[in-house]
Amino acid sequence: MLSKSKPEVAMHGISKRFGLVLANDQVNFTLRKGEIHALLGENGAGKTTLMRILYGLYQADEGEIEVQDQPVAISSPRDAIRHGIGMVSQHFALAAPLTVTENIILGTTSGLNLNMDHAERSVQAASTRYGIQIDPNAAIRDLSVGQRQRVEILKALYRNVTVLVLDEPTAVLTPQEVEHLFISLVGLKEQGFSVVFISHKLHEVMAITDHVTVLRQGRVVGELPTQDTSPNDLARMMVGRSTFGVTGKPEGSGPQTEGLVLDRVTALDNKGLPALKGVSLNVRAGEILGLAGVSGNGQTELAEVLAGTRPVTQGSLKVFEQDVTGLDAQSMMAAGVGRIPEDSRANIIGQMTVAQNMVIERLNQFSRRGYLDRRAIRGYAQDLIEEYQIKASPEDHIRTLSGGNLQKVVLARVLAQRPRVLMVAQPTRGLDVAATEYVHGKLLEQRSEGAAILLISEDLDEIMQLSDTIAVIYEGSIMAVMPASSATPEELGLLMAGVQQT
Amino acid sequence: MQDALTATFFVGLITATFRVATPLIYAAIGEVFTERAGILNLGIEGIMFLGAFVGFAAAYTADQAGMTGYLWIGLLSAILAGILMGLLMAFFSVTLGVNQHVSGLGITLLCTGLSLFGFRLVFGERAVLPSIDPFPQISLFEGMPVLGDIFSQYMLTYIAFLVLVPLSWWLLFRSSLGLNIRAVGENPEAVDAAGLNVYRIRYLVLALGGGLMAIGGAFLSLAQLGAFTPGIIAGRGWVCIALVIFARWQPVRAMLGALLFGGVFALQLRLQTMGFKLPFELFLALPYLVTIAALALASRHVSYPGAYLKPYRRE
Amino acid sequence: MKIQVEKLPAPLWQRSLIPVVSVIITFLLTSGFVLAVGANPVEAAYYFLLDPLSNPVRLIEVLVKATPLLMTGAAVAFAFAGGYWNIGVEGQLYMGATAATAIGLQMHGYPAWIALPLMVVSGFLAGMAWAVLPAIMKVRLKIDEVVTTLLLNYVAIYIVSAILNGPWRDPISQWPQSPEIAASAIFPRLIPRSRLHLGFILALLIIALLWFVLSRTAFGLKMRAVGFNQDAAHFSGIHVNRVIMTVALISGGIGGLAGASEVAGIHFHLIDAISPGYGYTGIIIATLGSLNAFGVAAAALFIGLIDTGSQTVSRALGVPAYLGDVLQATLLLVTLAMLLLQRYRISLRRNSSPQTE
Repeated sequence: MLSKSKPEVAMHGISKRFGLVLANDQVNFTLRKGEIHALLGENGAGKTTLMRILYGLYQADEGEIEVQDQPVAISSPRDAIRHGIGMVSQHFALAAPLTVTENIILGTTSGLNLNMDHAERSVQAASTRYGIQIDPNAAIRDLSVGQRQRVEILKALYRNVTVLVLDEPTAVLTPQEVEHLFISLVGLKEQGFSVVFISHKLHEVMAITDHVTVLRQGRVVGELPTQDTSPNDLARMMVGRSTFGVTGKPEGSGPQTEGLVLDRVTALDNKGLPALKGVSLNVRAGEILGLAGVSGNGQTELAEVLAGTRPVTQGSLKVFEQDVTGLDAQSMMAAGVGRIPEDSRANIIGQMTVAQNMVIERLNQFSRRGYLDRRAIRGYAQDLIEEYQIKASPEDHIRTLSGGNLQKVVLARVLAQRPRVLMVAQPTRGLDVAATEYVHGKLLEQRSEGAAILLISEDLDEIMQLSDTIAVIYEGSIMAVMPASSATPEELGLLMAGVQQT
Repeated sequence: MQDALTATFFVGLITATFRVATPLIYAAIGEVFTERAGILNLGIEGIMFLGAFVGFAAAYTADQAGMTGYLWIGLLSAILAGILMGLLMAFFSVTLGVNQHVSGLGITLLCTGLSLFGFRLVFGERAVLPSIDPFPQISLFEGMPVLGDIFSQYMLTYIAFLVLVPLSWWLLFRSSLGLNIRAVGENPEAVDAAGLNVYRIRYLVLALGGGLMAIGGAFLSLAQLGAFTPGIIAGRGWVCIALVIFARWQPVRAMLGALLFGGVFALQLRLQTMGFKLPFELFLALPYLVTIAALALASRHVSYPGAYLKPYRRE
Repeated sequence: MKIQVEKLPAPLWQRSLIPVVSVIITFLLTSGFVLAVGANPVEAAYYFLLDPLSNPVRLIEVLVKATPLLMTGAAVAFAFAGGYWNIGVEGQLYMGATAATAIGLQMHGYPAWIALPLMVVSGFLAGMAWAVLPAIMKVRLKIDEVVTTLLLNYVAIYIVSAILNGPWRDPISQWPQSPEIAASAIFPRLIPRSRLHLGFILALLIIALLWFVLSRTAFGLKMRAVGFNQDAAHFSGIHVNRVIMTVALISGGIGGLAGASEVAGIHFHLIDAISPGYGYTGIIIATLGSLNAFGVAAAALFIGLIDTGSQTVSRALGVPAYLGDVLQATLLLVTLAMLLLQRYRISLRRNSSPQTE
């Protein structure tokens, strides 16, 4: 029955090259009317590129696009919208100080005068029609991540599209919000909409989609109805080998000494509002404590407190019995805290070399009375590059490195100092499977060497896979701490949404 | 010293305040628009200077040719020159996406050089500064005390306060174009994804801003002075950059900031003549210092547009 | 054959052509202004670029013109490299000149070995002092230094005018200029009967120091880190505010030194036209020189050449000397655009389609 429906969109022989990288290589993709179609592949496989071509954000070097059997030229989002195609990016394209209505009507108004009352009413009407609840008057910056996503979806639907492309829509949601999204999507499907669901999460693909197209290294490696496949098959197609993502975690048997202790830590965010409201955590040596939570609930500020870049307003921090409250970044490192920041690209100096970035945190060791020891710097960088198998030379500008290699540089920089406490924030965001496995392996290695590791991640799978103990943060407070063995995704999801069980 | 408290003193002060504020309102609102769209246009000082020069040179030439509307020809030429320079700034900051600080200062240096070169070209070296009959002042309450004096202003002053400020408020907050401008300055990705052309909006806004800045400059040469001198702008453009921050990118607050600067400027002019034993140059420096102080006081509440200084690229 | 453009770092030969091509484009763009005066653009280019090099006297004059430019260029480059947009070098120069004059006026009867170091130090300190307020406002209140440094330039110039029209007005000529500084405070000539003075050596020293600090010291690496990415520098444990303060003050000091050097080396008294905008030209030079020491030196010498040439062009062809300003600004903008080409590799390819493997 599925295969009989008419193709809504067909992309033929799409190729796209960025510099030396072939992001899409002769890709064919067909989306039928009234289906949810998964575009599956690991990070860097070319899924987003393909859909950005469909949405007119990139131009294909080769290939054709047909919409309802008519060849079309899509050279801008405006063309895509005119052909009934809407897209919700992974990073929401919303202007934060503006209201929901203003964001939704952006680009749809004609004439100079803007009738805001009328606009609000029509947004409200669309909200009701598609069953997507949202306050048209609210400013985007006051909305949660899940609500912002709803604005994005409504924004596309408001433009009367029939095809909705969602790029990794579940990455930022709690399990319950994911469920809510899935219900909306099924509803849209029943109203005749076609949905492209970009993902690298197999269970979601199995749960909601009708059809799967698998991409690997820019090529289509499989295209089949979801019911005819299994998670194992898909995993094999996706990474090109059979085992996948099942790093065995040895039992933790480290000493029970307290490594990192946070006692009722309070801190403010950039706007001066409370971001951490009395956070208490206890990470033992040889243990990974996973901190789960939806983004924007204080994780960033907590990571910065531990990095020594954000002041603590109340409470105390201890590292192996040593009080480190209020120390700056240099003193934190001296106390044995290794810091792997949330966004590596934002926390390295892109215009400087690999070697310079490797030593920038400890220039005192690599200079004499202020004069740089350039030979020592190059040698040190060379050693780390070899040890961590980084594909780069010491003199390369670090921004030219791939995400995986970049993360290796950051890991090498930290681990070379043999930290006793590791603060790791979103360590595998955006990495491909091989790089993710490498990072996970290194973290487990540190754990077995007795480091106390605080793993902050929005990826619940990652938390469940690596942690000995799991804590959940919500609006700056710790909701619960429990052994990983007794935690379930449902329970964590509720806690992440701020629902305290009785 | 007794003069300080007379009604004449205050009426004169208020009258002058409106006059001094006028060029700042045009230029500052021009800058409000460009910064709302995410572009810092440091070409403002130069564009005002070019506006003053082109306005004057065109008016002078037209006057010599016996045209009666010579002042309007001057004003239109100034606007055109301002628009062109705004577009040049757009080419650098939007199309090429180079550093806005350096390209803006480059535009200012270019406009300054062009104006001085052009002045020599048109007027040669003269002993007497060339001048024209400037725009007349228009009296709304002819013959009345106080009001008659205060409301004896140039047409461009009336337009600035009564038309430009409300119109730009409406344009920014109550029109589709304004929504597009504000969105492009906060998050150009959103504008692009909505199917609008980010580049076109920014080009439009820089052209608009350039035109307004040039009017600000031309006001000085065509209305207030009737002449062009190398010191005619004297940092008023930079004052406007400060006013825009002080105004938190709101046209109405920009007007208030311009009035504050105008008030201090008018006051120091009067203080100069009141027999203080201080060199008049120190009074001249006062408005700049007050501007810096105002900036310091307003700094707590400043939040820049999200895409300020950031060129937009899809990749 | 067709031209192929790829997004890859340009090869060295291509990058080294950028300044040359920029100069050629600049002269083409500005040739219209020369024609407008009825002069020959080729002749003008000759007077701008080659005539100053044609005899030793002129050549030395280029170095004289380049002296303050080397300093202001270095001051701006140092600040920009550290992420501090110091547009206030002009005002810092005026303050340096004023302080040096104040010292120079008191040096009658003192030997040169006391007077000269005092001139240099006072200029440096005064420039530094004038840079303090915007730097503190930047660090403490997060107020954009571009605006504050710019506004303070006007304040500095008004202060100098006030002094020259008041306490320092020349009692004999009644001109707004200070009395002459003591002979011992005057910078010695490097070449007899020329205007080339000690300041040129100081300028070269500053360039050498600029190179050394930026590329060989831990502080240089730290300040460049701050310049490139403040958040990342902060994360790395660099005290960003301390670095910004240091960079701002040293930059201001170099600007002040430029002022002292102009008083002690060229004018011997303070005048209110002590700088025709050297502080702003410093921004052009720093940009043309890509914020590195050798680039700044080359750019300062080149602008010195054009400055000298513009006088000759004015005299020989009747083209207003302001053409030099137009030329410099155009060169800045053209170079800004051309520097983008560094990111692209341009090559010629045969038109026949390559064999696919």
